[in-house]
Amino acid sequence: MTKRKLALAAPLLTLAAVAVAFGIGAGSGLARSAGHRAVFKAAWIYVGPHNDGGWSQAHDEGRLMVQKALGSKVQTTFKENVPEGPQVAQVIESLIRDGNKIIFATSFGFQSAMAAAAKKHPDVKFEMATGTIQLPNMAEYFGAGEQAIYLAGMAAGAASTSGNIGYVVPFAIPEVIRHTNAFALGAQAAHPGAKVKLVWMNAWFDPAKEKKAAESLHTAGSDVLGQNVDSPATGQYAESVGVPWVGYDSNGKKFAPKQWLTAAIYNWGPYYLKRTKAAMDGTWKTGFYYGTLKDGFMQLAPYGPKVSAKTKSMIAAKKAAMISGKFDPFQGPLYDQSGKLKVPKGKRLTIKDLYAMNWLVKGVVGSPKG
Amino acid sequence: MNNSILVVVLASAVLYGTPLLFAALGELLAERSGVLNLGVEGMMLVGAVMGFWAVQRTSSLALALVVAAIAGGAMALIHAFLVVTLRANQIVSGLALTIFAGAAGLSSYLGNDLNLADQPAKRIFHSVLPKSLRDLPVIGPILFNQSLLVYGSWVVVIVVVLYLRRTRPGLNVRAVGESPAAADAMGINVTVYRYVHTVVGGALAGIGGACFSLSITPQWVDGLTSGAGWIAIALVIFAFWRPGLVLIGAYFFGAFSALPYTLQAHGVTIAPELLQSLPYVMTVLALVLVSSAGAKRRLGAPAALGLPYVREER
Repeated sequence: MTKRKLALAAPLLTLAAVAVAFGIGAGSGLARSAGHRAVFKAAWIYVGPHNDGGWSQAHDEGRLMVQKALGSKVQTTFKENVPEGPQVAQVIESLIRDGNKIIFATSFGFQSAMAAAAKKHPDVKFEMATGTIQLPNMAEYFGAGEQAIYLAGMAAGAASTSGNIGYVVPFAIPEVIRHTNAFALGAQAAHPGAKVKLVWMNAWFDPAKEKKAAESLHTAGSDVLGQNVDSPATGQYAESVGVPWVGYDSNGKKFAPKQWLTAAIYNWGPYYLKRTKAAMDGTWKTGFYYGTLKDGFMQLAPYGPKVSAKTKSMIAAKKAAMISGKFDPFQGPLYDQSGKLKVPKGKRLTIKDLYAMNWLVKGVVGSPKG
Repeated sequence: MNNSILVVVLASAVLYGTPLLFAALGELLAERSGVLNLGVEGMMLVGAVMGFWAVQRTSSLALALVVAAIAGGAMALIHAFLVVTLRANQIVSGLALTIFAGAAGLSSYLGNDLNLADQPAKRIFHSVLPKSLRDLPVIGPILFNQSLLVYGSWVVVIVVVLYLRRTRPGLNVRAVGESPAAADAMGINVTVYRYVHTVVGGALAGIGGACFSLSITPQWVDGLTSGAGWIAIALVIFAFWRPGLVLIGAYFFGAFSALPYTLQAHGVTIAPELLQSLPYVMTVLALVLVSSAGAKRRLGAPAALGLPYVREER
């Protein structure tokens, strides 16, 4: 080959390598959705990998339930690792171009792009998890995480001897603040005076960072670790240093067989199935669904070996009280970090209050601003 | 005392600096031979996924490291072929390698296809020394509560220093990086030297990636190195292409990556965004510092770095 040909060939080869890279990148999500034309198409958007062992995986299990229940009548697809930024608008547009008629977005940061797309495409149904904006063709859905997280917090409080519990948290938004408060209140119910120390990640899913956070909490004296982030890295660290661990949004027992306590988990599948069916037969209506322990949407993952029989029965009693409506995690009297009374005795916070929560309860060590 | 902020930060500096150290030493070898490889992030991710696959299949950590090294080396071979044999633009080829092999590329394809997500590593690198040593005040947690990966990285630093300073091939590779034409005239095979050092560099990057999946996280998820490869490249510049300084720089970056969390846990409130961005700010600063040609010479960059060698164009 002459030098000129070489000079030409090199950039071409490089280009080819880039093209292959993009081909593989796009293929990882789409390979599972090859198929027919006449079927109803439904799509999911995940902030992490579909197999993250946590939040996104729980949604993906819900998607698989829809696919299995409706079989060849529906074609489900997903986009994973979608950043909470301008890219999500492109992802939504491309899903609509592909003919998807219902789109489930599963992270708070997708909300504004979802709302914009909903206004632009009135014929497509939009479903926004954890958000607050409701439109004629955009519904909101989430679970009362605070109920199950309160119970998980009780397990953490009971497992702690020092009353110093570490909690790895993602972003300082009302959802996470509400969960943190529920965790702390549960811990204090089982261990009066327990302190819950926060380390903010500014990420939903980043195992290397989460491990650093878990390590720093443990070295700062926490003898139980909990989390509101999505990866099991905290649990793997907890297992390696021998401190009990409360996970979040999935059963993490295999990552810490000895130290696993429990976790709040979400059962998205039934909701997804109901909504997809409704979209298919034309009965879909916008709504604001808030699943609870009572309707089975919120659950507690199976206990690990470190949860004592006494703790289990204590948690079972609280769970029954929540299901019957006798108890609510956010019923007064509740005090904020400075000791100021925020919710008087006999009062409960409304869903609106919960979705705007920007204060941490007494006993939480850390800033509600991240 | 061993739980004071300083000791904790220094101990995590070593832990989190180790993958940077492996990757940066590899990049240093490649750059000393005149090959700039911006594909470090991609090579690390492929090393991470293949190392994890090997440990899940064989339960052997030694084998996992070998597989990670081979995987990283194979990726580097693509780069070497493109830039040494085909004389492609090194920057373009390196970037292409990271896009091709990195997150949402080959490494995530392999990880998903081999079903590696959502499972803990079957075996991980633990601290190896006895508890009495590990519990020594101050130096215990920092120096003795570490895994074989850390001690291995120290050996690699020493080997690279001795290789570049004291051995004939080491001197030759420096000649190739400074003036390939002169080296060629001395009878050194420039092509072979560049191939070998690029591939060995890739193997070290692969081991660096395996530090994440076998020690730090220890599991596989897509994109788990989250930018460590880029920091490693900047680290080589920071260290003025000297392996000893790479060691110090790697621990410096390691400390900064853990600092925001340690400070939070100890109740020190500095905006975490600020601290978390520090390693990347330093990276940008390093690149600005050396971007002028004059500075590059003074700092010790190999003169032929990034330039393809064509014999007849002397």
